[in-house]
Amino acid sequence: MAQALIRVEQLAKEYRMGSNVVPALQGVSLEIGAGEFVAVMGPSGSGKSTFMNLLGCLDHPSGGNYWLDGEEVSKLSGDELANVRNRKLGFVFQHFNLLARTSALDNVGLPLLYSHLQHEQRAQRAVRRLQQVGLAERMDHHPAQLSGGQQQRVAIARALVNDPQLVLADEPTGALDSRTSIEIMALLQQLNREGITIVLVTHEHDVAAFAGRIINFRDGRVVQDHANTPADAAAMLKS
Amino acid sequence: MNFAATLRIALLALRVNKMRSALTMLGIIIGVAAVIVMIAVGGGAQARVEEQIRSLGSNIIMVLSGSMTSGGARGGIGSQPTIFEDDAYAIGREIEEIQAAAPTLRGSGQVVYGNSNWSTVFYGVTPDYLEVREWAIAEGRGFEPAELNGAGKVVLIGQTVAKNLFGDASPLDQVIRVRKVPLTVIGVLERKGQSMTGQDQDDIVLMPISTARKRILGAAQAKSRSVSSIMVKVREGADMSVADQRMRELLRQRHRLQQGQDDDFFVRNLSEILQAQEASSKVMTLLLAAVASVSLLVGGIGIMNIMLVSVTERTREIGLRMAVGARGRDILTQFLVEAVTLSLIGGAIGILLGVGGAMAVAELAGWRTELSTASIVLAAGFAGAVGVFFGYYPARKASRLLPIEALRYE
Repeated sequence: MAQALIRVEQLAKEYRMGSNVVPALQGVSLEIGAGEFVAVMGPSGSGKSTFMNLLGCLDHPSGGNYWLDGEEVSKLSGDELANVRNRKLGFVFQHFNLLARTSALDNVGLPLLYSHLQHEQRAQRAVRRLQQVGLAERMDHHPAQLSGGQQQRVAIARALVNDPQLVLADEPTGALDSRTSIEIMALLQQLNREGITIVLVTHEHDVAAFAGRIINFRDGRVVQDHANTPADAAAMLKS
Repeated sequence: MNFAATLRIALLALRVNKMRSALTMLGIIIGVAAVIVMIAVGGGAQARVEEQIRSLGSNIIMVLSGSMTSGGARGGIGSQPTIFEDDAYAIGREIEEIQAAAPTLRGSGQVVYGNSNWSTVFYGVTPDYLEVREWAIAEGRGFEPAELNGAGKVVLIGQTVAKNLFGDASPLDQVIRVRKVPLTVIGVLERKGQSMTGQDQDDIVLMPISTARKRILGAAQAKSRSVSSIMVKVREGADMSVADQRMRELLRQRHRLQQGQDDDFFVRNLSEILQAQEASSKVMTLLLAAVASVSLLVGGIGIMNIMLVSVTERTREIGLRMAVGARGRDILTQFLVEAVTLSLIGGAIGILLGVGGAMAVAELAGWRTELSTASIVLAAGFAGAVGVFFGYYPARKASRLLPIEALRYE
């Protein structure tokens, strides 16, 4: 394995519900290398979403350490985390989370608003990413004018626009029909082959089957972590 | 994140809810327009008073004769001749703060020209009178020294007298009779208009004080050098109350009054009344502006209300922006700019409406209004400040959301 892109040690998170302390994640330690395609699985309440939020620098861990690309991020402040998210991470959500009444192009360019790029550079990059997901001719469309699969492609283009080292996908096919799901997975596999590290949360085995490694969570712990021979989504679409 | 992009987002967000944005702005529009109109109306009233002060002649103090007590009955002002021409000259000469002191002898009676006649007041004066009252001669000339000293048979007449006796004809070099004494009109005074109390100031005849004393007022006045009043003009920039005080001291000294003895003259400070009125109209302006700014305040609360709703509605958007790298202060700026944009657009419309409103009031109600740049700048600045002040709380609330909770918000 190459140098680990993600390394977590004894990562823990607990939530306070009134006087009760609910442990959501209890000491998870693992490494994910650059270029991997990992599926994180587990039933609801297993801690997989909490784990993703921590990986995505959206939340602070209660304990343990997290190195992203060699940088210890578990102790960073809110603004520093925002900066890490802006430079190193891309997010794909189940419900796309596109801004309504905003063109596909502007949606894709959104993360760059918070970087130091000039307007022309932002537009160029957004156009390139839209081309990459095959929606170049729809860049003036608003989300409501696009199908679910197209919206998720826009969201993926948005996740890629800042050239992230890691793309985190939280149930990216949860709101899509099965054929569109496979199309999206084919796109993710293609991006992975181009060198982008992907961590995907899902509870569907069919979806996890496209990943090269599957990590199973239960009760806030990793119960199984194994390599997987990925199914080829592009080939499935042809047949 | 640069400002142009922030502004674009703000405008987009405001366009999305056009009706709501317009209604929110309405509060600011009405507030700003009200402030501008009210200040314009108040300013108009103030300008009127100031004009009246100017027409009276500014900084004027009147010295009047004292009262006489005979057999327990106290007479009114002027019932005893206690001030004299020489008092006026002494005041003008000896008190530094005083620019001019004009002795006057007042009388009233019928003036006749040809077959028209008119009842008016006449004053025996020196040229100082015209200086004190800042009164110019519209046509003709003033009194010559020979006429002043030698009871010359000449008069200056006011516009009202000129109109009533001569109609449209020129009064110059015509002879009129004042209490049957023939006097030649050598000049006509400029129009002065109404006084504060509604008196027609142009209904007047002026003659040299010696003429009034010797030729018109008759035996009672002929020998005495007493005058009805002395009109005093205080020098520009000098302190009225100091001048007033010095004058009293000088007069007491000249009249040889002992300590503890009452003044045998009265001093009336005319501009005090006007200044009081000016002050009250200033208070009025302030009051109107204060009432109007309450509506601006209410408009601001409207902005806060809508911004709070907007923050709640767009929680997921805020979460997403945070997830892709927006820091707390980016979100804060975004919502603050939105609130300020709302209030400034409202302010701009309010200014147009306020200026139009002030003109409409002047046109329709016939009130005098004074639009001042200061009030417009003030109203615009106030609108912006309202946006910042009332936008800050919702914006801060948005910026403090946790990205993960904002993203999960349904």
